[in-house]
Amino acid sequence: MTSTARNNILQRLRSAPQGKPPLAPDVHGFYATARNAAPAEDRAARIERFCEKMAFWRGEVVRVTHSNWAESLRALCVAKNVNSLLYGAQTAQAAALEAAGINGLKPYDRPVDDWKPELFRDTDAGFTSTRGGITETGTLILWPDEKEPRLMSLVPPIHFALLDASQLYDNFFDAMTGQGWSGDEASAGISKMPTNALLISGPSKTADIQVTLAYGAHGPKELVILLVVNEEEL
Amino acid sequence: MSAHENSQPLKFIPASEFKQRTSEAVSDELLRKSFRGAMDFLMAKRATQFPDPVALEAQRGLAEHIRKYSLAHLPDLLEQLERNLTANGIQVHWAENAEQANAIIVGIAQKHSAKLMVKGKSMVSEETELNHAMEAVGIEALESDMGEYIVQLDGEKPSHIIMPAIHKTKQQIAKLFAEKVPGASYTESVDELIGIGRAVLREKFMTAEIGLSGVNFAVAETGTLCLVENEGNGRMCTTVPKVHVAITGIEKIVEKLEHVPPLFGLLTRSATGQAVTTYFNMISRPRQPGEKDGPQEVHLVLLDNGRTQAYNDEQMRSTLQCIRCGACMNHCPVYTRVGGHAYGTTYPGPIGEIISPHMMGLAATHALPTASSLCGACSEVCPVKIPIPDLLIRLRGEASHDARPGHAPLVGQGAAKSALMDIVWAGWAALYTRPALYRAFGWLATRFRFLTPPMQSGWTYSRTPLKPAARSLRDLLAERKRK
Amino acid sequence: MQRDTPSGQRPKDVYFFATCLVDLFCPEAGMDAITLIEREGVTVHFPENQTCCGQPAYTSGYADEARAVALAQMRLFENDWPVVVPSGSCAGMMRHHYPKLFAEDPILKAKAEALAERVFELSEFLLNVLKVQWKDSGKPATVTLHTSCAARREMGTHVHARALLAQLPGVNVVTQSHEAECCGFGGTFSLKHPSISSAMAGDKADALKETGAEAFISADCGCMLNINHTLQKRGDAFQGKHLATFLCERLAAKGEKA
Ligand code: SF4
Repeated sequence: MTSTARNNILQRLRSAPQGKPPLAPDVHGFYATARNAAPAEDRAARIERFCEKMAFWRGEVVRVTHSNWAESLRALCVAKNVNSLLYGAQTAQAAALEAAGINGLKPYDRPVDDWKPELFRDTDAGFTSTRGGITETGTLILWPDEKEPRLMSLVPPIHFALLDASQLYDNFFDAMTGQGWSGDEASAGISKMPTNALLISGPSKTADIQVTLAYGAHGPKELVILLVVNEEEL
Repeated sequence: MSAHENSQPLKFIPASEFKQRTSEAVSDELLRKSFRGAMDFLMAKRATQFPDPVALEAQRGLAEHIRKYSLAHLPDLLEQLERNLTANGIQVHWAENAEQANAIIVGIAQKHSAKLMVKGKSMVSEETELNHAMEAVGIEALESDMGEYIVQLDGEKPSHIIMPAIHKTKQQIAKLFAEKVPGASYTESVDELIGIGRAVLREKFMTAEIGLSGVNFAVAETGTLCLVENEGNGRMCTTVPKVHVAITGIEKIVEKLEHVPPLFGLLTRSATGQAVTTYFNMISRPRQPGEKDGPQEVHLVLLDNGRTQAYNDEQMRSTLQCIRCGACMNHCPVYTRVGGHAYGTTYPGPIGEIISPHMMGLAATHALPTASSLCGACSEVCPVKIPIPDLLIRLRGEASHDARPGHAPLVGQGAAKSALMDIVWAGWAALYTRPALYRAFGWLATRFRFLTPPMQSGWTYSRTPLKPAARSLRDLLAERKRK
Repeated sequence: MQRDTPSGQRPKDVYFFATCLVDLFCPEAGMDAITLIEREGVTVHFPENQTCCGQPAYTSGYADEARAVALAQMRLFENDWPVVVPSGSCAGMMRHHYPKLFAEDPILKAKAEALAERVFELSEFLLNVLKVQWKDSGKPATVTLHTSCAARREMGTHVHARALLAQLPGVNVVTQSHEAECCGFGGTFSLKHPSISSAMAGDKADALKETGAEAFISADCGCMLNINHTLQKRGDAFQGKHLATFLCERLAAKGEKA
């Protein structure tokens, strides 16, 4: 059925009248123009703007450094009464997390199918790294993988995310081109897109009841960003 | 077509009764008040996102260009998408109509002996009435978007493509939850109501064997399905169950990943006045070896359902540029007055008036394109610049005439053909192309204005009758000349 | 949207295309529009054979009939003078839709495009082409402005009419809520969907009245009739006036002949 359907659909599309097809859209040019029109932003302003936008989405931004972030996270867990924190035991951050003495550290080390009820009902928070952030919209970029599975940033009621301030991009387009998401000539255009890529801007929310905003619809009720900055930027 | 006939769910009324329903809807004070309030809110929020009209025009120009370019290459892009998705391990299915799409999804569910399917927001699955098809074979299909969950609980259909339960007050929802959700007590607190929904649905995400979602953009070059949402239920549906089925119309495709940011940026700003949604979820593969979560199988169902008919005409093809932001309905004075249900179609408002005739045929839908004053508020805000009023006029013409020579007839072509109207317009043209006749008519109309009928079909419904002036302009000018 | 004549020259002669509604239902407004142009020293020519721009058939999906009527009008404007239209939606029809109507006939399309270039809505013409400079001679007055949708979105009339009224220090223009929203006329829409159209007309009448203005001003005869007759049915004395008539009154130009 589906192959007949396929052929019929494609045949109908191919036999439709075609005028002169438009040239390929110049998305790069569009963003270049926008970039040139906007005043250049230094690092401090960029960080400031990211924090402001993230706060608008009710994301809580905490400035930390390379050396103290784990300790800050520990303190936050205490303050937020977190008794179990999901983390990736194979990640670059694992050692620092384990050394920080955080209460109830819980590695995501089995397929979800084996422990769904525990994940859904008995996990207070999840900690993940990020691949960067977007200042224009106050957004985190995550590429979950085998070390940091997808549900860590979704199921626990609190999501802690570590973001390096040097990884802030102006906008989504700059982020995807800057990180070469769709592949480059060297990779013969082969996509580097992972199983799942995510943009996250604040905790989960809905306005489906009388356009009244409510947080914690299905995902995290709180999003806390540990923004890694230099000592003097704290 | 028959899918629509066989499985009429509760309160889903056919489009042919449109006039009757709209008159009822405009006299429903509460409904009108809640739509007006909500639409005012959404319009104001959108406006704050576009402070600079020049910049907005540039963005809309680019978005329109991307959509037109994608459509111009649609068959090639669909094949490229299929190739890349398949290479990524995502299974691609094609469906010409609603029944085929539903059969494919039922088949997948049965293969996995599924009992429960959780659904993220998907207007295309509303279009195919998937829930009924699933229930017919004993599989529960549960909506998990809060708004969709609410309308499903009440046996209704969404009244807005972005805000499905916009027609309901929190009091109505409070009552509904207290009656229908086991253990829930009456509360008018929105936070508590959302909390009730969250608790119920989290249990369901855990147990469902299948998750269904729509697709906002499908990227051909990378084989990526993009989903836009605020709640996180879309991520739940596409990550927790062991099978994920995505369903989309064949038009939702772009060639390159870099084509996504301009469209995404306009979609959320136009829809709800948000610069970005909480989640933008890009899916390119099923769970890979070593990965600990995510579905083991991912399927994509590509649905035609009348889209190729729109595609077959260069003017009507622009209908398929739509990215389903809903701005046209938020700004539509007719939608604001009658609400979404009155249309009796999956897609209400201006976009519904131009797309439904292709999906359901003109016989069932020819009243829809007439339900517009052609004010142009829709096309003014449409982020992809669809000339909606032109398309409404075109469909009015197709509904009241046979296909023009050399053009394939639309489904239901000429369904509103009327010998009387043909005579009226022929007579009108005869009068207005013959100046002498027109002058005589004007002379008579002004001299015998006392004969003007007191009842003038729809006009005097709420207005005093129209009466020609005592002297026409040309008479006044002639008089002036004489003086 | 600031247009001048294609030549950029101040014209000595113009065509006046009255539109069928003005001819039969609002002839005074037509006379006043002519007065406003004449008092700037421009000769107004009224082609006797004009009837209607063809919009009613066009928007009803009767393209052939609309084309026939449009063609009859296109033949009336032999000289390359501007064509001034005291109605935004009819001006919009001639300026934006005639070229589409003749898209399949290259010769007529070119003719339609050339005509479109010199079609002006009245207030646009007064403001941008004649660049009128007025002296207000009326008593202080508060009015509100309703611009038809086609006038607003196709001709920018809301901007032009406002700019003209701003030249009159005695006139205070107040803005109604949902200013950009349609009054529900929409030609045959008001006959086909009376309940929706009436709901829109009623809301518009309310919004205009709520401003506290003594009258509303509109540059479109269709909207004006729609709203005025709605108000009349309610027994309300609040009424709208055509922009041309209002301007003539303010300038004490009524019936004046150049
Ligand atoms: S037609 Fe335009 S405004 Fe309406 S939903 Fe589609 S993209 Fe949005």
